[in-house]
Amino acid sequence: MPDLSFVFAQSLSGLTAAMFLFLIASGLSLIFGVLRVLNFAHGTFYMLGAYSAYQIVQWLGTGPVSFWVAAFGAAAGVALLGGIVERFLFQRLYGKEELYQLLFTYALVLVLGDVAKIIWGTQQKSLSRPPGLTGALSLFGATIPYYNLFIILLGPAIALGFWFALQRTRAGRFIRAAALDRETLGALGVNVNALYTGVFVLASFLGGLGGALITPMRAIVPGMDTEVIVEAFVVVVIGGLGSFWGTFLGALIYGQVLSFGILFFPRFSIFSIFALMAAVLIIRPWGLLGKPLK
Amino acid sequence: MKTLSRVPWALVVLVAAFFVPAAGSRYYTFLANDVVIWALFATSLNLLVGYTGLVSFGHAAYFGIGAYTTGILMKKLGVPFLLAFPAAGVAAALFALVFGFFCVRLTRIYFAMLTLAFAQIVWAICFKWNEVTGGEQGMPEIPYPAFDWLELVAAWLPFVGGYRTSEHFYFLTLVLVAGCLWLLRRVVGSPFGRMLTTIRENPERAEFIGVNVRRYELAAFVVAGAFAGLAGGLFGIFNRGVFPDFAYWTKSSEVLIMTLLGGMGTFIGPALGALVLIWLNQQIVSYTQYWPLILGTILIVLLFVFPGGIAGALESAARRFRRRRQVA
Repeated sequence: MPDLSFVFAQSLSGLTAAMFLFLIASGLSLIFGVLRVLNFAHGTFYMLGAYSAYQIVQWLGTGPVSFWVAAFGAAAGVALLGGIVERFLFQRLYGKEELYQLLFTYALVLVLGDVAKIIWGTQQKSLSRPPGLTGALSLFGATIPYYNLFIILLGPAIALGFWFALQRTRAGRFIRAAALDRETLGALGVNVNALYTGVFVLASFLGGLGGALITPMRAIVPGMDTEVIVEAFVVVVIGGLGSFWGTFLGALIYGQVLSFGILFFPRFSIFSIFALMAAVLIIRPWGLLGKPLK
Repeated sequence: MKTLSRVPWALVVLVAAFFVPAAGSRYYTFLANDVVIWALFATSLNLLVGYTGLVSFGHAAYFGIGAYTTGILMKKLGVPFLLAFPAAGVAAALFALVFGFFCVRLTRIYFAMLTLAFAQIVWAICFKWNEVTGGEQGMPEIPYPAFDWLELVAAWLPFVGGYRTSEHFYFLTLVLVAGCLWLLRRVVGSPFGRMLTTIRENPERAEFIGVNVRRYELAAFVVAGAFAGLAGGLFGIFNRGVFPDFAYWTKSSEVLIMTLLGGMGTFIGPALGALVLIWLNQQIVSYTQYWPLILGTILIVLLFVFPGGIAGALESAARRFRRRRQVA
């Protein structure tokens, strides 16, 4: 049995991974919940967020706030791109077969992935941690970088903010209504198309932000898009496609299974993740906290 | 017009394909071999997506299982091709039976997700189980089938001798794939195949007239898996090695694109898609490394402009042509 401080450190690293995944997967889940589309390009938005953040830091230099400006600038840029793609292309595919929608998002993966390669090359890139969060905290014999702590706190903060927006604001009510019955909502005079664009923009923003914030911890490389999208799929499937707290729970489970799986069964950790996903789909296709689709 | 449709086109194409090594270079034989194997893989997927209306996002799993089965049997256990090839189909069919049992219970998007999850499980196992699958490095140097007997035949028949092993393998692939496609054609045309189309069009009504929809879907899943496995078995040998990315989710989407490009729901569509896509790939790769960009653009144009794929576009063009002739 490994000692407790090690277990503690391991669970914190799992928690950090979970909060990142939550950030990304919540966007994916939002799009599925409202638009009923699995967006393969969501991983690509995440990758573009990472590259854009890198690019903005290159332009700004390493000032005290340049990382934060870069992170939000990158997320905003990706959100804009998401909005354009939805407004001008994706909107024409609503009501067509699911396969076409799936393949369209996959086409975006191919095109945007290569565009990123053309702009930034295939060399891996990285950013250093923002000033003020470079140190580490010693807690119960484990060393936790401040940046990880920041991410661990940011995840729940975004989750709460999100939940509040969905429950208490007018736009949030519309989004929930659109997820339940888009025709009725349209008949009641709500501009459903604009709402969909808004949801896509918001989801892309979350994906881009996740990508931008992960840059101090993981290298920015081509291929990070197809890797993360599978992880995000697992998270939303376990939690329940379209369910907000389900995504949160799914991310927590994923993070812990992965970080302890690597510890105890290094060779079966990826396997166990997908096995968990398959098991959830078999037993409760709508996920742990989701509701069955009508 | 009538005389044109009476020509046995499948036979003509098959015979023409036999002359590729003699007429073209080694490169063209290589390309033709690639096309033929992918044509089988894509056609097997079409049975699910095009004919039954089940969108599988994990069809590469059965391709990978077939490739590993033949590869392991031939390389590690020295089993002859004659046994190792059908074994690929049997192994893939068995896995398809188990996975499919769960998948057909789910509807639409969840079906796609579960097929994806199972494919990723297969990929993860191939990726990590070093002792059996060679892990991340894969399994290089799968031997060619033994062609000694061909030399004996060559003494009796003209045109058979004097070819390289890779060309012998191409001939073997042609014969086997032609046989598989013929079988699949029979399946599609049979009452069973018609019932699959009924299920695609209206599963509720099929249920009402007393069809066990799930059982039919499962059967289609197993047949499609088996033929994908056979394609995989051939591909491992052709590729001179079997690698985990055979079962990765991006492979599943590649074959889906092929099927869509050629035209779903038409029998020759996917084979046409395989031909066009592989040929395009070879042409474009010599100019630029950004093949995915081109492929993605093709896919977007296809989705917005020609959702019926090549076969669909040809059919509507032919219909227009015929109508004009009638008017004139």
